[in-house]
Amino acid sequence: MKIYIYIFAAFLVSSLIRILPLILIKKPINNVFLRSFLYYVPYVTLAVMTFPAIIETTQTPWSGLAALVICIVLSLRGASLLWVACAGSATVFLVQLFV
Amino acid sequence: MRLFSDTKRKAFIEGIKDSIPIGLGYFAVSFPLGIIARNAGLCPTQGFLSGILNHASAGEYALFTSVQHTATYLEVMILTLVINARYMLMSCSMSQMLRPKTPFLHRILLGFGITDEIFGITVRRGGYIMPYYNYGAMFFAIPLWGLGILCGTLAGNSLPESVVNAMAVALYGMFIAIIFPPAKKDKTIATLIIVSFALSFLCSIAPFVKELTDGTRTIILTVVIAAVAAIIKPIKEETK
Repeated sequence: MKIYIYIFAAFLVSSLIRILPLILIKKPINNVFLRSFLYYVPYVTLAVMTFPAIIETTQTPWSGLAALVICIVLSLRGASLLWVACAGSATVFLVQLFV
Repeated sequence: MRLFSDTKRKAFIEGIKDSIPIGLGYFAVSFPLGIIARNAGLCPTQGFLSGILNHASAGEYALFTSVQHTATYLEVMILTLVINARYMLMSCSMSQMLRPKTPFLHRILLGFGITDEIFGITVRRGGYIMPYYNYGAMFFAIPLWGLGILCGTLAGNSLPESVVNAMAVALYGMFIAIIFPPAKKDKTIATLIIVSFALSFLCSIAPFVKELTDGTRTIILTVVIAAVAAIIKPIKEETK
């Protein structure tokens, strides 16, 4: 029972922080600084979360680095999301087999 | 009888399609999380429930270790707040992509469904948010997250580490596929990605800063870098 309360406590907080801004900010923000800031947020967050995490997740940094390069090249050439993701996984798996 | 209009159904299916790599990555990431959950004393049902309700990797890691160390409920709530605070930023960002008249219920459901990855594909899709697109992605990806934890609590350490590692990299591959294509057209975004990579790397090895949790580092770096970029290169009114 105690564990369920723990889970519910975490659920309550994580849902509130996800939902509140969406229901409180109803109007388009006109302030140029805030608009620019929110426009850049996704790219910065996703970039920060990708590196160096991608080379820390894998057994050797090299397999992660290889996946990083392959994924960047493929995505710049217009490969789809699924393709890039699978190529990343395959690269890590293959490099780990041989190194 | 049709439950949804064609556009809604199309958006829903598109969401499922785009969330296939997400679901794959989720399963890989949440599987080891399930092993941690089991060690903390959670049963498979509790693991699954926690996955469906919280769907946040670092946040749930904190939850499971808190359970293990019998932390207070308040501690769990504060920890969850700090570790998951980046979702608040994403939610703010998403509020600007909504049609102004979007109903309350859609806002609640869209908010509940915010994860790093679903936020990512929402941004990538561009234009106004189609709620049913996000529902499609949530419908496929979030159960897989819970299922990964469930299997982790059941199977323990039976899957080879190399397989789990390789699967987990799918998520990063996806992030790359989201942020790099726009960088080709927008030099500011290209610069931002390089700066973000570099600073994120520095912060992971710098003394003191590296002791912070990944979530906290992500927030600090995001706020600082995006704020500086917004000052140096404010977007023009029409680019949105």
